[in-house]
Amino acid sequence: MKRKSKIFEIKLPIDTANLEIIRNFVANIALNMGFSEENVHRIELAVDEASTNVIKHAYKKANRNQKLIAVRVTTYPDRLQIEVVDTGKGFNPEKVKTPSMDLYLKKMKRGGLGLYLIKTLMDKVEYEIKPGVRNKVRMIKYLNTHAA
Amino acid sequence: MEKFEVFLKERDNVKILNIQGFLDAHTAPNFESELEKLIQDKNYNIVVNLDGLQYISSAGLGVFMGVIENVRQNGGDIKICCAAPKVFKVFDLLGFPSLYEFFDSEDSAIKKFNVKK
Repeated sequence: MKRKSKIFEIKLPIDTANLEIIRNFVANIALNMGFSEENVHRIELAVDEASTNVIKHAYKKANRNQKLIAVRVTTYPDRLQIEVVDTGKGFNPEKVKTPSMDLYLKKMKRGGLGLYLIKTLMDKVEYEIKPGVRNKVRMIKYLNTHAA
Repeated sequence: MEKFEVFLKERDNVKILNIQGFLDAHTAPNFESELEKLIQDKNYNIVVNLDGLQYISSAGLGVFMGVIENVRQNGGDIKICCAAPKVFKVFDLLGFPSLYEFFDSEDSAIKKFNVKK
């Protein structure tokens, strides 16, 4: 028996008010797939962090209202894949590294915690950055974490 | 709509901010302005009661980071109490328990301020 993947996608204006819609959209799909409540929370938080980064940093304030954030969820028999896509300025994921969270916190800096969280919460994270064309954060969570 | 609300009260010279609902990048500015109001009025002994907080993202944690230096330089502190396991986990993942004191009850958080003095 061949089980196919399914794709769900939403596109929303760049507005923090839409974070709730994005979280609920992804959480419902994850719940339906059979993820535990704890893992649904992890997935929800990771997609919130990736989306917040886009909403806060991808576009200049002046042209934000004509832009969209796309969240594309693909379900596979063994995993959930979420892609958060924008066409903004992009970033270098290697530069946004937090080698020691402890040290980072001691400096009492704020911000920049999101990427660290995403990495911690998901099984696999990939970036495809083409500034001004298409930037993509791809996050994967396996139904059975041991399969990661 | 997911709600976010902040309630302020005072006990034993400690200001208590009770935050409820969903704390994300959309609602964090709300929480931040309430905290900043306290600090502007020179209230530096603050308990943030998370009983009733259902969700927090790093934007919410950033608010704590943004004000803590100022509060401590003025001899005060922010103590955190009553976090649900799901909420505490986010603080824990980012190493916050090494920087902030967490308590199970509002009483014990308040007491900690008054023992010190």
